[in-house]
Amino acid sequence: MGALGKLTATELRLFLREPITVVFTLALPLMILYILGGVFGNEADAGGGPDAMVVYRGFGATNWYTSAYVAVAVAGFTLISVPTHLVEYRETGVLRRFRASAVPRWMVLASQFLNSLVIASVGAAILLVVAMLTTDVEPAVDWWRFALAYALGAVALVCLGLALGTLMPTARAAQSAGLVLWFMLLLICGGGPPPEVLPEALRTLGQWLPLSPVIEMLQEPWLTGGWAWSPSLVVVAMTAVSAGIAWFLFRWE
Amino acid sequence: MLPTGPPIAARRTVSGVDAVVSVEGLSKRYGELTAVAEVSFEVGQGEIFGVLGPNGAGKTTSVECVQGLRHADAGRIRVLGLDPRTQVEQLRPLIGSQLQESALPHRLRVAEALDLFASLQPGGPPWRQVMQEWGLTPKARAAFGSLSGGQRQRLLVALAVVNAPQLVFLDEMTTGLDPAARRATWELIERLRDNGTTVVLVTHFMDEAERLCDRLAVVQGGRVVASGTPSQLVAAHSDGVTVRFSTSEPVGFLDRVPGVGSVQRRGDTVTVRGEPAIVARVGRALSEAGIEPDDMDVVRPTLEDVYLRLVGEEG
Repeated sequence: MGALGKLTATELRLFLREPITVVFTLALPLMILYILGGVFGNEADAGGGPDAMVVYRGFGATNWYTSAYVAVAVAGFTLISVPTHLVEYRETGVLRRFRASAVPRWMVLASQFLNSLVIASVGAAILLVVAMLTTDVEPAVDWWRFALAYALGAVALVCLGLALGTLMPTARAAQSAGLVLWFMLLLICGGGPPPEVLPEALRTLGQWLPLSPVIEMLQEPWLTGGWAWSPSLVVVAMTAVSAGIAWFLFRWE
Repeated sequence: MLPTGPPIAARRTVSGVDAVVSVEGLSKRYGELTAVAEVSFEVGQGEIFGVLGPNGAGKTTSVECVQGLRHADAGRIRVLGLDPRTQVEQLRPLIGSQLQESALPHRLRVAEALDLFASLQPGGPPWRQVMQEWGLTPKARAAFGSLSGGQRQRLLVALAVVNAPQLVFLDEMTTGLDPAARRATWELIERLRDNGTTVVLVTHFMDEAERLCDRLAVVQGGRVVASGTPSQLVAAHSDGVTVRFSTSEPVGFLDRVPGVGSVQRRGDTVTVRGEPAIVARVGRALSEAGIEPDDMDVVRPTLEDVYLRLVGEEG
């Protein structure tokens, strides 16, 4: 096994030794999905209410949330655990130890990237499987496009997490910032109340935050079988910016 | 995989020993702050070379420039015949390094750490052999976080030499260790030298430098203020020795012994101060006068006394 493979495998093993992180990462999004799915059911809104508003773009709530929550699950891990982990490595001197052994910067970042992508994807897969088995969610209209959207979205969110880890001064700051960011994104980017009921200002704000395009990109193939072009371009641009920050502003100490 | 690259051209130093590291006029600035100014030193093959100085003196910066971890603003550095600035890739496999305040993930186990770092820096013996040699096999399954301070240092030294380097840099190895663990760490460092490895040791502990270092450089305010063997430093930078004994006989003649600075008497206790050579001369003068005290003590300044003179008491 090459050095990168060994480093990544070691990281994965260390992650599995943190049982609380494992449970939270994998179980929290599932829990929220159950709550919201339970509250709103999966009946498509026909817009027959007194205000004539169509929520969830006219799709069933469980269908809407399941596809969105894949992004929420990934973001929960990549916005909180990934940056905290990277900052912790920097704070406690683990990065210094790597540096002393001439581990190149790309290898540190690549192992963190691969490790995070694997864990996030396991979380997403569990979420999907459990949702398919235990809720009345209808399967994706186009699985291939959904898989592609997932790959782009997950890479973007992992890069965003690494960028946050690069920018945050302390592990404590990274943890708080990640948590606040995740919760905010969850609430106003399509993971919380249907965007249609949000006040205009929040809705606009939500559209400019990085989780929205990922959610839209995932929902389009799931709900309609189509492809959300402009959100996916935003996601690619976001990936480039985050990766640039993580690479160029990387600090060993 | 054996380290490749150009043959190692060692240079002869003034003392006739092969220079493994030579640094001339190294300077490094961080913005307005000059961290290192015109630092020069040479490290000979197979010696333990100490870089000594108070915190913030520029020790770590100097040594990190030598390792190619930082780039000097000026100066000429050669390590094993290579320029760490431009040939860092060739240099890396040949050196081992323990950076100040570095650590491992707390849940990483000893065997996993050795296995991992052996594959990150290939070229050394099988990692299990390294684990055995450094007495870590009984702790193979222990997590880094559960090790004592001394055990951690032992693992970190083992990681620094896992690629069988010719030259090892150890930065502040014993800070925060209890006395027993410090002593154990010193033995590890001596063992490295006994195996033929050249060691550059950065420290601010005098007893450590005195015990371990064959030669050392004292750094203060980014400059080398003194260098040499510990005894050379003591001889060159101290104000002499003190000889103390007791006798009831008159010893006024000692004033005339060459090199004696002062003679004090308190009761039967006589204290003579002067240059280092007075030890033999005072002994002879006493013996010729028929005075042969059986409690004669020689108090030499320690490296610590000299160091405090060099860097100032606040250091």
